[in-house]
Amino acid sequence: MFWESVLIALEGLKANKMRAFLTMLGIIIGVGAVIAMVSIGMGVRQKVETSIAGLGSNLIIVMPGATTPSGVRLAAGSSTTLTNGDAQAIGREIAGVSAVAPSVQRSYQLVYGNQNWTTNVLGTTPEYLEVRNFAVAAGTIFSSKDIDTRARVAVIGQTVATNLFGEFSPLGQTIRINKAPFRVIGVLEAKGQSSMGQDQDDTVIVPLTTAQERLLGVTWLQNISVQAESPEVIDKVQEDITTLLRTRHRLAPGVPDNFTVRNLAAVMATAQETTSTITLLLGNIAAISLVVGGIGIMNIMLVSVTERTREIGIRKALGATFNNILLQFLIEAVVIGVTGGLIGIGVGMAGSYAISYFAGWNTVVSPISIIVAFGFSVLIGLFFGLYPARKAALLDPIDALRYE
Amino acid sequence: MTIALRDITKIYQMGDTTVHALAGVSLDVAAGEFTAIMGPSGSGKSTLMNILGCLDRPTGGSYLLDGEEVATLSDDALAVIRNRKIGFVFQSFNLLPRMSALQNVALPMVYAGVDKHARLEKAAWAMGLVGLGDRQHHRPNELSGGQRQRVAIARSLVNDPAIIMADEPTGNLDTKSGNEIMAIFNDLNAQGRTVVLITHEPDIAACAKRVVHVRDGKIIRDERNQEVAPCSGKASSSPSKA
Ligand SMILES: Nc1ncnc2c1ncn2[C@@H]1O[C@H](COP(=O)(O)OP(=O)(O)OP(=O)(O)O)[C@@H](O)[C@H]1O
Ligand SMILES: [Mg+2]
Repeated sequence: MFWESVLIALEGLKANKMRAFLTMLGIIIGVGAVIAMVSIGMGVRQKVETSIAGLGSNLIIVMPGATTPSGVRLAAGSSTTLTNGDAQAIGREIAGVSAVAPSVQRSYQLVYGNQNWTTNVLGTTPEYLEVRNFAVAAGTIFSSKDIDTRARVAVIGQTVATNLFGEFSPLGQTIRINKAPFRVIGVLEAKGQSSMGQDQDDTVIVPLTTAQERLLGVTWLQNISVQAESPEVIDKVQEDITTLLRTRHRLAPGVPDNFTVRNLAAVMATAQETTSTITLLLGNIAAISLVVGGIGIMNIMLVSVTERTREIGIRKALGATFNNILLQFLIEAVVIGVTGGLIGIGVGMAGSYAISYFAGWNTVVSPISIIVAFGFSVLIGLFFGLYPARKAALLDPIDALRYE
Repeated sequence: MTIALRDITKIYQMGDTTVHALAGVSLDVAAGEFTAIMGPSGSGKSTLMNILGCLDRPTGGSYLLDGEEVATLSDDALAVIRNRKIGFVFQSFNLLPRMSALQNVALPMVYAGVDKHARLEKAAWAMGLVGLGDRQHHRPNELSGGQRQRVAIARSLVNDPAIIMADEPTGNLDTKSGNEIMAIFNDLNAQGRTVVLITHEPDIAACAKRVVHVRDGKIIRDERNQEVAPCSGKASSSPSKA
C-alpha cells in the first residue's frame, strides 16, 4: 500500500510538473543557500585554523612594550626591554618549555649578481624553525657555533630564492644583505600565506647575533617565541614567564608590565569562536529561506487539496481510507522536499565551488551541512505537508463529491 | 447480502430551518433483488441511496447490512465496506479525468490491496463485460457519456460486490444508451447480484421486479411487478455499438 501511495503521489506531481518544480524551487534555493553559506563559513574557519596552526603549536610569544587594557600594544617594536638574557632565563628557569627562539628583524635590500630583492631579514637561533614550524628544504640551518661567531650565513625562503636565483640552486652562493656578504647555506620549505595574507616564504634567516651586531647594531630583542611542551601547560608557562620577566625587569607591584606575553592557543580559541559565529549566522540566514520554501510547499499543497476535492471524494467513495489519502498527499509533499533537497545539494555544491572560483574565497563543503540540509528538507516536506494532507484525509466523501 | 433499514432519518440543519430529507424510512432488500427507487425531485432518493451505499450516515435509525449495524461504524470501517461489499454508480460518472479507463476501473482494487498485475487483468475483464474491451486506454473525456457510465459500472464490479447501487445511472444519457446500461444491470442481477437503483423514468423502473416510491422523505408505496418489462437493449452482455 505504501508503494501504491508513492506511485499515486508521483502521478499527482507529474500531472502538474511546472507547479511541482516551482514549489521545489523554494527548497532548492533554501538547501543550496544553506550548503553554500556554511561552506563559506567553514572555509574561513579552515583558513584561520591552518594559518594559526602554521605559526607553530603550543606557541607563546613575548614582545617588548606594554599592553593597554584594550589589548592595543603601545610603542610596538620600539621598546628595548627584552634582552638575550631574558630569553635564556625563560629557557633555563621555566618548567614546561621545550624551545625558546629570540629574534630581531628588519627589512633590507638583498643583492645577488644583478638581481636585487627587498625582504625581511630575521635574526634568530636554530630553535626558531622548530617553534614556528619551519623546515629546511635544502642545505642546513646554521649552528649555535655560527651564533657564537656571528657568522655571515643565511637561510633563505622560497620566494627569495626564486626572485634572486630563478632556476639555479642558491646553496653556497654569496648574497649581499645591506652590502655585507652572506653565504647561503640553506633554503626553507615553502609555507604559503599566513592568516594576515603575508607571504611567509619571503624571508631570510640569519644567526641572531649576526643580525643584532652586524646588521641592526642593537643588543635587545624584538620577540621571543616560546614553545610549551603541551597544550595543558601553556597557561602555566605564560604565567611563569610574566612572573619571571617582572622579577628580571624589577617591576614593583602595581607597575604595569613592560612586555606582552601572548598565547596562540587563546588566539586560536577566539578565532574559532568568531568563525563558528559567522558560520552559524550565515547558516541561519540560509535556513530561513528553507523555511520559506516549506511554507511554499504548504501553500501549494493546500491549493492542490482544494483543487482535487472531487478526486479525493471519488477515491474515498471507492474505499480509500484516511491513511490512504493522508499518505498520498504527504508523500507528494515529501517527494517535493526530497527532490528539491537533492537538487539543492547539487546547486549548493556548485555554488560554493563558483564562489571559491570567482571570488577567490576558501570554501569547504562539509558533509554534515549536506546531511543536515537534506534531512531538514525532508522534515520540512513532512511538516508542511502534514496539515494539507490531514485536511484532505478528513474530507467527508459526500461533501467532497458535491464540491464544484 | 441483505439490507434492513429501520426508521432511518436524515436531518439537515440549515440555520433556523431543519430539513427532514429522510423522515423515518424502513426498507428491507433481500439478496438478489432488483429494486428501483422512484420519486419526485427533492424527495430524498439520493440521500437514501448515499446512506444505503455507506457514503453517508443517517441522523437516526438503524441500518443492518448483512446483519451488521453500519450506522455507527467509523469512517475507515465504512470505507472498507464501500470498497468490498458495495459497487456504486453515480449519475455524473465520477471518473478520474487524468487516468485511462482501465486505470479508473482498477482503482477500487488499489484500495483493496490487489497486486498490480491481477488488478489490470481483472479490470480488463470487467471492461470486456460492459462491452468496452477496445476502449481501455481512452481517457474519460475521450469517451461518450454511455461509455463513461459503462466504465463506471465496470469499476463498481471489480471487487465482486454483492450489491450494486446506482443513483440515476441513466440520468445523463439518451434513451438508447440508457437502455444499454439498464441491460447491463439486468444481467448483473441475473448473475445473482442485488441491484438498487434510482430513476425518474417509468420505463426504466418497469425493468425492475420491485419499485419503491419515495415522497417527502418517506416511502409511500412499495410495489412488486408481476411481469418485468423486457429491457430494450436485449444484447445485454455485449452492447455492440459504442
Ligand atoms: N447537504 C445538504 N444540506 C442541506 N440539505 C440537503 C443536503 N442534501 C440534500 N438536502 C435536502 O434534502 C432533500 C432531499 O435531497 P435529495 O438529494 O435526496 O433529493 P433527490 O430525491 O435525490 O432529488 P433529485 O431527484 O433532484 O436528485 C432536499 O430537500 C435537499 O434540499
Ligand atoms: Mg438525487
